Amino acid sequence: MPYIPHTPDDVCAMLDAIGADSIEALFDEIPAHLKAAGKLDALPEGLSEMEVTRLMNERAAMDAGAVSFIGAGAYQHHIPAAVWEIATRGEFYTAYTPYQAEASQGTLQVIYEFQTLMTRLTGMEVSNASVYDGASGLSEAVLMALRANRKSKSRKVLVPTALNPRYTAATQAIVENQDVALDSVAFDPASGQTPLDALKPFEGQDYAALVISQPNFFGSLEEVDALTDWAHANSMLVIGVVNPTSLALLTPPGEWGAEGADIVVGEGQPLGVPLSSGGPYFGFMCCKQKYVRQMPGRIIGRTVDMEGKQGFALTLQAREQHIRRSKATSNICTNQGLAMTASTIYCSLLGPDGLTNVAAHCHANTQSLADKLTAIAGVERAFSAPTFHEVVLTLPKPAAEVLAALAGKDVLGGVSLATDYDMPNAILINATEIHSESDLDLFAVALKEVLAA
Amino acid sequence: MSETQLIFQLSQPGRSAVSQAPKALADDKLSAIPAHLRRKQKPALPEVSEMQVVRHYTNLSSKNFAIDKQFYPLGSCTMKYNPRGANRAAMLPGFLNRHPLAPETHSQGFLSCMFELQNFLKEVTGMKGVSLAPMAGAQGEFAGVAMIRAYHEARGDEGRTEILIPEAAHGTNPATAVMCGYKVREVPVGKDGDVDLDALKAACGPQTAGLMMTNPSTCGVFERQIEAIAKTVHEAGGLLYYDGANLNAILGKVRPGDMGFDVIHMNLHKTFATPHGGGGPGAGPVGVSERLLPYLPTPMAGQRDDGSYHWIDTDTLETSIGHLSAFMGNAGVLLRAYYYARSLGREGMIRVGEFSTLAANYLLKRLEAVGCTAAYPDRRASHEFILTFAKEAKELGVTAMDIAKRLLDYNQHAPTTYFPLLVPECFLIEPTETESKEALDEFVDAMAAILEEARTQPDMVKEAPFTQPVRRLDDVKAARELDLAWSE
Repeated sequence: MPYIPHTPDDVCAMLDAIGADSIEALFDEIPAHLKAAGKLDALPEGLSEMEVTRLMNERAAMDAGAVSFIGAGAYQHHIPAAVWEIATRGEFYTAYTPYQAEASQGTLQVIYEFQTLMTRLTGMEVSNASVYDGASGLSEAVLMALRANRKSKSRKVLVPTALNPRYTAATQAIVENQDVALDSVAFDPASGQTPLDALKPFEGQDYAALVISQPNFFGSLEEVDALTDWAHANSMLVIGVVNPTSLALLTPPGEWGAEGADIVVGEGQPLGVPLSSGGPYFGFMCCKQKYVRQMPGRIIGRTVDMEGKQGFALTLQAREQHIRRSKATSNICTNQGLAMTASTIYCSLLGPDGLTNVAAHCHANTQSLADKLTAIAGVERAFSAPTFHEVVLTLPKPAAEVLAALAGKDVLGGVSLATDYDMPNAILINATEIHSESDLDLFAVALKEVLAA
Repeated sequence: MSETQLIFQLSQPGRSAVSQAPKALADDKLSAIPAHLRRKQKPALPEVSEMQVVRHYTNLSSKNFAIDKQFYPLGSCTMKYNPRGANRAAMLPGFLNRHPLAPETHSQGFLSCMFELQNFLKEVTGMKGVSLAPMAGAQGEFAGVAMIRAYHEARGDEGRTEILIPEAAHGTNPATAVMCGYKVREVPVGKDGDVDLDALKAACGPQTAGLMMTNPSTCGVFERQIEAIAKTVHEAGGLLYYDGANLNAILGKVRPGDMGFDVIHMNLHKTFATPHGGGGPGAGPVGVSERLLPYLPTPMAGQRDDGSYHWIDTDTLETSIGHLSAFMGNAGVLLRAYYYARSLGREGMIRVGEFSTLAANYLLKRLEAVGCTAAYPDRRASHEFILTFAKEAKELGVTAMDIAKRLLDYNQHAPTTYFPLLVPECFLIEPTETESKEALDEFVDAMAAILEEARTQPDMVKEAPFTQPVRRLDDVKAARELDLAWSE
């Protein structure tokens, strides 16, 4: 019996101790007509480890083999070998939530180090132990801003159209039942940025927060100082949505404008977590110290034990569902512990220079890719703003058609902006440090062929 | 064990793990980024060598209890063995490197696994449709209650403002109801652990949107009146929500769909043996009855007539409650659950409920025999059960917390303590089907020894643990003098 250790003798001895005739007798409190006997016929027979492994090897191989230039919220990076070898050690992989602090100091110290890393990367004062992913993290940030902004009575938040539309959609789905409205701020179709002009209509109005995405979905860099100061001048909090790799090069949100962002969230995946079809990733979430009691999720504090020795423990638990129940800051009761552990190891291995070099190569490779592609007749950059590691290009043909043809050549050439932005000929592309010069050339050659066809 | 320094304390300027990152680029490669948007100083990440990192985190890992090291009888957490084969399969390069937005032409392998997993979960729960999108049990709950709300709203049934929840419920249940814009009304639980049916009848009405419950309940017993409860809630126009926290107890024996539940979530990190990872990631798929099919969260995997697989998203399922994450949920966890389901198959799935229930009832009887007090002595245990140490607390001053901490010295992870809230000084104990009889017996021996210590040396027990990396921690200091990030 896979994973079940009991021998027939064990079963007899156990039933004897219970005083029951059979295992079936242990279900005697369940009404007989409710029992599932015979109703599981659609389930297949069990397989051995060798058989399941072979099956899943075949499935995985079906999806391999293409060169990808898709970003749009998830990015392929080199992950040092040590990251997942350590993260999947049984002591991390099979541990529970660290409620028994004395028996969980490993996990607790890793979280404390993670919190420290995130504050240093974002320039913020405090961090939590992570939430599910970047998009759901934004929904938590929106709800948090409503609680934290005491000057505002509104249930409204301003969200730029140039934010990743998947973040907007997930946030909408999560907050809409609490009478929260997300109002859109337009982008400038020439620059691909969110201009101050687009905020004018909201001047003096009561909004709890302004969301600022740096870089935004188009890869464009926003004028974050001006946007931050505008929000604060209008009594709004600033929620920064940032790419963690970019923070090695870009002004950390804690230093945006005169006062810095108030809450910062983002997708942690670029920090050592594989693409893996969208998860498990982790969302990071930081804020100013004065808002820490409004922050959802697990938070670890450094303290001492009864002998005065340093130790780590869950703290501020009075915010959380297992204590506050219906009055909790959120229903969340996990963090993405394993992915967060991997990212802590990743950041430690890369260090300040390593992460800076990764970010620089991402930027330079994307610039180079955009140059190669725009050398093709009819292919142009859609926007004029400076970018980090993604660029929007317009094509002389519908994006969907071109992307499908490229995929036929095992080149995944980015994502189409047809549905979300009504830009039927536009694609969003990304390159990172893993792309070699020949990968970039491969894309250029393939695109040229597809457009010529 | 000694204090482990923080990784930041190992840092020396100029040290690095150079092979892990690409070489530095000339600054002119960055000239397209305006200077005023550039960071002034590099982020203060640690500057350490590769071996320092490996040794530091390996040493930290050794300070954890883990299923791979210890018996872990946490009630409602289902700490069963996490098959290593599942991890290897989910980490195959074809799965790891697949971008979530890769076209369907390059996703057939992954989609086929997800489509089959949806079907397995439907079959084993008796529900009509399953979405794998929620990333944790709490998000599954959110999706479930959001679907209940969408259902009532679509019918123009606007007056339903309340979610009913038995008082023994997990804290996530009321927190979830509030996140979905509902008021919470608690329903009392009787002395035998079953819901007070009369109180439920009195609480149900035109304001009832639904009832959230776990079965077997958090009292560790099967709710015998489940059909009467379903009838009561349905007659009032409400829907019935199944919290799958305790699905392991009945896997293959009874199906939530057959009990009358309209919507359920499953915790794959419990029932389907995916790792807890020190507090996540989990996966909390939802299953629904016929009438909630239009509202399932997206994306889901579908199959065309020609056998190929595709995504079902909000463009075709416009009534969906939408996306709960940027992409499709915790795919890597779902692949591990898929492995587990294929590995167990039909027979194995049925054995889960049987042997987890056998283990719990055996452990309960043995613990009672060495002097422990069961909270519901006249009931069959499900896959878990409650002990109460109210007597020890009163007579000896030794609390459930003290006993839990002392268990760590016996190399046994503590059970869930002080939950459910309605039983004083309690342990909620869940052994799971993967623990051997010898492991269960060792736990009994440890408990017998600690009860003896509580009688003869109570002051010692109150100071436990003694063998862990730290003694009991100063939680008050942690909360009052907040230290949430290291500074030199």
